[in-house]
Amino acid sequence: MLRFSTWKMFAIVAMTLAAVLVVAPSMLSPSHYAALAEMLPSWAKPPTIVLGLDLQGGSHVMLEVDQADLVSTQIKNLRDDVRRTLREEKVAITGGIGTTPRGVQVRVADAADREKVLPKFRLLRNSYSSNIGGQPPLEVETTPEGLIRITVTDAGLRDKSRKAVEQSIEVIRRRIDQLGTLEPSIQRQGDDRVMVQVPGLQDPQTLKDLLGQTAKLEFRLVAEAGANPSEVEELEQTEEQGKLPIEKQIMVQGEDLTDAQPGFDQQRSGEPVVNFRFNIRGAQKFGDVTSKNVGRLFAIVLDNKVISAPRILTPITGGSGQISGRFTVSQATNLAILLRAGALPAKLNIVEERTVGPGLGQDSIDAGKRAAYVGAGLVVFYMLITYGVFGVFANLALFVHIAFIFAGLVLLGSTLTLPGIAGIVLTIGMAVDSNVLIYERIREENHAGRSILASLDAGFNRAFATIVDSNVTMFVAAAILYFLGSGPVRGFAVSLALGILTTIVTAVTMTRMMIAIWYHYSRPTKLPI
Amino acid sequence: MKLLRLAPENTKFPFMRFRRVSYPFSAVLSLIAVALFIFKGMNFGIDFAGGTVIELRAKSGAAEVGALRTMSEELKLGDIEVQGFGNPADATLRFGLQPGGDAAQQAAVDKVRSAVGANYELRRVEVVGPRVSNELVQSGTLGVVLSILAVLTYLWFRFEWQFAVGAVIATMHDLLLTVGFFSITQLEFNTTSIAAILTIVGYSLNETVVVLDRIRENMRKYKKMPTAQMVDMSINAVLPRTIMTATTVMLALFALVFFGGQVIRSFSLAMIWGIFVATYSSIFICSPMLIYLGLRNEDADRKAAPQPEPEEEPAFEAEPEAFASMYDDVGDAPVPASPAQKRAPAKTGGKPKPGARRNRPK
Repeated sequence: MLRFSTWKMFAIVAMTLAAVLVVAPSMLSPSHYAALAEMLPSWAKPPTIVLGLDLQGGSHVMLEVDQADLVSTQIKNLRDDVRRTLREEKVAITGGIGTTPRGVQVRVADAADREKVLPKFRLLRNSYSSNIGGQPPLEVETTPEGLIRITVTDAGLRDKSRKAVEQSIEVIRRRIDQLGTLEPSIQRQGDDRVMVQVPGLQDPQTLKDLLGQTAKLEFRLVAEAGANPSEVEELEQTEEQGKLPIEKQIMVQGEDLTDAQPGFDQQRSGEPVVNFRFNIRGAQKFGDVTSKNVGRLFAIVLDNKVISAPRILTPITGGSGQISGRFTVSQATNLAILLRAGALPAKLNIVEERTVGPGLGQDSIDAGKRAAYVGAGLVVFYMLITYGVFGVFANLALFVHIAFIFAGLVLLGSTLTLPGIAGIVLTIGMAVDSNVLIYERIREENHAGRSILASLDAGFNRAFATIVDSNVTMFVAAAILYFLGSGPVRGFAVSLALGILTTIVTAVTMTRMMIAIWYHYSRPTKLPI
Repeated sequence: MKLLRLAPENTKFPFMRFRRVSYPFSAVLSLIAVALFIFKGMNFGIDFAGGTVIELRAKSGAAEVGALRTMSEELKLGDIEVQGFGNPADATLRFGLQPGGDAAQQAAVDKVRSAVGANYELRRVEVVGPRVSNELVQSGTLGVVLSILAVLTYLWFRFEWQFAVGAVIATMHDLLLTVGFFSITQLEFNTTSIAAILTIVGYSLNETVVVLDRIRENMRKYKKMPTAQMVDMSINAVLPRTIMTATTVMLALFALVFFGGQVIRSFSLAMIWGIFVATYSSIFICSPMLIYLGLRNEDADRKAAPQPEPEEEPAFEAEPEAFASMYDDVGDAPVPASPAQKRAPAKTGGKPKPGARRNRPK
């Protein structure tokens, strides 16, 4: 066991050098690193340690699909589909289309008519879900009195929620990209959540403003007196007091926009506006509506609030238009971003937010560094005065151990967080445990009367089993922490686990090598510990 | 150079005798911890209780905690806790969940932002909604339970079942006392505290395993020795290592407490307590448990006569030649090996070799 082949020694030295090389770029100051990166081709740019949001500053926001909003959107869509089906089949209903908590209901008095529309209603489910063979997304029930009830099932809602998350991720990415050169990380979490992390963001308010809006743009007619009350809803206005009666039917939707840019009103006041352009389908619909309804008020509705309701003076067929609503410049800019990036398929709520300013992050880095230096210094000193020359070996191994942890972090691309730094400081204290186990065992064997050589040998061999057993338990704790923890705590688990793995290499193998070399050259007659 | 020794050499403390004191003592402490947890409760941070924490730094001069408090009351956000800490320019605001769901939490932050934004820089804002905090409680509890189960299984495979049970009881003891520590100090309990608890669980098991390892080794070596005496001997043998390691870890932790900053202070303090308790329990709780659980040396306890000296000496597990021969100069090496060892094959082996005897001291 204590025989050291040349290649083994070479391997250890090579690993140490490699670790130092991997870590070195991360230790450079940002300006030096930039200078180095410039000299190298882009593919050879050395990776550095990724700092967690708590160290470099930034925002972590967890968004959740608003279930109530999702349900009401589904009901609205269902209602439009039912209305269209009834119109296509020319079936008359008694009263309007009513809503239930999870769907809609209509009363079709005539039995023959019922038979005509029921299969059509059942077919609707195909357009509601892509998972064929699973639970049906819609349930169609009839009562003997001729009431047809269509309900969105739990499975249908879950499916919608999952899809909403997928689409949201794309929309969110487009929105954040508009903010400039940030490197956001956007991930789905479970069935109904999206995690957004934006490092280095100075002002989280802009981010939250961008994320908090669905940006669902609709063009709907303002209802005239005498309209069917079940087809009209009262909506708030953003700039004016009071509500406006707006028809429920959506004439043109924001998804038909191809472009939106902030600008200034050329003709009148010069106030900030948003200019937009429709695609062909949108332009056609917009042309139709404006041709048929000259003289009526046409409302621009964003997230169920009326931005403005201008009167249609002439048919607009060119496919472009303007939204004015007494905006400030930044409001107009934000609205344009939101319209360009597209609407979120559902409302997203912020369920968790953690923002760390860059100042605090730097303070944390400084504090972490200070604690690491002091901790390492104390441990090194203590090992030195306790074990003398063997302490020097342990300290050298400790140095390599720390280099290995950092190299591991760089190579795994794992983020270093403040608890992660605490984990490293903690492993500094624990890494020497293996050395202590070995040294104490050597002493013990020596006291029991063995020769120096035999004591060294027995010390390493006997302590090894103990080191493995005791480290496995610690590793289990770290692994579980990694899988259940999130963010900074996860960083702690990674540092701890890396520290445990590297200690086996450094404390056991490296120390043994150093002691073997030392023994060869000094030929001690007495154990120095 | 005179080297420092913290632990006295060749101690012979009768640790097992202390079990009549240490068990009632620990039982009382554990009960107190449970009572504290139930009646005094924990100072749950926003991770678990939900709510908002905002860390502020005055743009100029010191933070006016009094003025912040007055302002907070005017905002009507329920109980707002305003605290200064460390740097005089810093202060934290903490308030609980606002009624009205997730949007209400954000609205509350906006209120605070507009109220203090002119004079203070918002250095940290954390908002945790009600559903997220519930999930964090669940995953935290699950983590602690899982790690204990996983380790129980590992120890069961590696050792006798008594060792596994003893280790887990010692770990639960440490866990309870750590919870009691959080309750009595009212340190904030958050996800980092769960990390501290799991690390304490890991450390506690680490300590326990080191002691158990030696007990197992001595069990094989001294088959005729009464269990209590054998356990005592094992603990005394590993005592210098236990003290040494606890000290180095403590050194690192004290560095974290004093220099690591506000955010991880409660983590570090809990860890210090945990290391202390874990060291105690590995000696005074886990090892005596082996006796209560009926671990016995084969036929040792039937023969009442104590036999401190082993009858059969274990052999070397590796040969000195192997060590010296790395430079192919075996001849020069001052190997004080007996002829029996020289004849032994140059191969390591974990089993004692029959007939191989070692040089007795003196």
